[in-house]
Amino acid sequence: MKAFATPLLGCCLLAAAQLAGATETPRPTPYFAANCFNCHGTEGKVNSAIPAIAGRDREYLAEALKAYKAGTKPATIMHQLAKGYTDEELAILADYFSRQK
Amino acid sequence: MIRFNEDRRRLLQALGATAALGSTSLLSGCATTGQGKTIGRVVVIGGGFGGATAAKYLRKWSKGTIDVVLIERQSHFISCPTSNEVLAGHRKYETLVHSYDALRKNWGVKVIQAEVTGVDPVRHTVSTDKGEVIPYDRLVVSPGIDFNFGAVAGYDAKARESILHAWKAGPQTLALRQQLEDLRDGGTFVLSIPKAPYRCPPGPYERTSQIAHYFKTHKPKSKILVLDANDKIISKTKLFADNWAEDYKGIIEYRPNWNATEVDAASRTLTSEIGDKVRGDIINLIPPQTAGQIAHQAGVVNANNRWADVNWITLESTAVKDIHVLGDATLSAPTMPKSGHMANQHGKAAAAAIFETFSGRTPQPITMANTCYSLVDHRRAIHVDSVHRWDAEKKTVVPVPGSGGVSTAPSIEEGLYARAWAQNIWADSLG
Ligand code: HEC
Repeated sequence: MKAFATPLLGCCLLAAAQLAGATETPRPTPYFAANCFNCHGTEGKVNSAIPAIAGRDREYLAEALKAYKAGTKPATIMHQLAKGYTDEELAILADYFSRQK
Repeated sequence: MIRFNEDRRRLLQALGATAALGSTSLLSGCATTGQGKTIGRVVVIGGGFGGATAAKYLRKWSKGTIDVVLIERQSHFISCPTSNEVLAGHRKYETLVHSYDALRKNWGVKVIQAEVTGVDPVRHTVSTDKGEVIPYDRLVVSPGIDFNFGAVAGYDAKARESILHAWKAGPQTLALRQQLEDLRDGGTFVLSIPKAPYRCPPGPYERTSQIAHYFKTHKPKSKILVLDANDKIISKTKLFADNWAEDYKGIIEYRPNWNATEVDAASRTLTSEIGDKVRGDIINLIPPQTAGQIAHQAGVVNANNRWADVNWITLESTAVKDIHVLGDATLSAPTMPKSGHMANQHGKAAAAAIFETFSGRTPQPITMANTCYSLVDHRRAIHVDSVHRWDAEKKTVVPVPGSGGVSTAPSIEEGLYARAWAQNIWADSLG
């Protein structure tokens, strides 16, 4: 069982590293933002044909998501996915991804 | 490590409340002092899209304060999604194979390669074929599917040497590719599809398009015969039907309501439940499926003796306390497919629920989404997607009205997205 000592150490190194990068005001994690990670990369960070959305301008992301939902922005898939979320949730997503660095 | 667990249990007994698990002093104790306090221990069985994602996100969201052990019998993750491209020669097998090292290095998940031999839900322990007995506070069971070979007479161990399913990526993928390469031009490939629900609803139809493309470009006299136990193409119906009519005319023959109940491996003959017979040069027989064996063993398979019913907020089993079940093994919510994308979402929902519970909070419903891309040739793809939201009255997740849908037509643009999707979900689940 001593084998289990290692991950603990890893845990706290990791935790310390993540704390260092944390924002001032802790907010509850909007877990549903992770729905987007499958395609756009964990925390929206990715280098692929599917665009990265981390650290992009909040207004831009909010506009894009609203337009997808309204069906006014051309898309292969985002117009269908955006309709699954409330306007409020889309605003939360835009804000969340704009803050990922 | 066991000591931590026992200490915590004793502490809990003393306090008489599970809420104590979430005491912030414990949590920040770990994060700031590095003394290694944990708020709970989770064992995950199965390192597929569901289990790997759960393990990663438990560590990530708890900032390392949840101790996570992932038990997986294979040394590597082998992706079912995109494996149909390997059959057609459009992708290298090696690209399906991924390491668990990033889960270890980046997230501190303790990954053990072993076969689980038993789950004791009373003592809260999991035992392995390596003789380990591993305690848990919460267990995550994500075993995928097992095959019910018994549903097809003659599909015994000997028959399985030549009659392949290739419905779990791995050696069977390579073996079926070899059969296709060895096929003479003018041969017949027979694909038998079981009644839904089964893993990856569009998968058999994508396989049909992929192999049709291989025949069209390499063995133009060859034919595909699709024998479907369902009454129609059950996913992306019109898109596949149009694709076959427009691009693979004369290559594909589709027969609905054809339920294979018997196979004769020697003569490569299938027999249907009404006695029809079909012979082929290659028989690709996908058997009916059930939750992975370990889910049965753990006692969570409580729906038709096939699937595990879960609470769709926490993914906790409705049969056994403190066990969460993910992915294909679950009794799917209405219109929810058994897919890798969905399993990844289950993993995140379960990770959030477990972290919230250990933190003394009540888990809240989480909206989930699915996407399945299918490649219809070497570069064009189509998709189906859906968004599923908790319905408090129905006590399950249901598709959001007006959301989701399918592609208008196959496109190169979506081919690029489909391949990006695979890269990105592998990285999100394992990286
Ligand atoms: C199945 C894969 C997939 C998922 C899941 C997904 N996206 Fe997208 N996203 C795309 C694709 C593909 C595009 C390109 C536009 C299109 O064709 O739909 C895109 C484009 C975008 C854009 C525009 C980016 C730009 O550069 O203009 C934004 C913003 C976005 N997505 C946000 C989200 C958010 C937020 C979520 C989670 C709710 C999400 N996406 C989930 C595939 C996905």
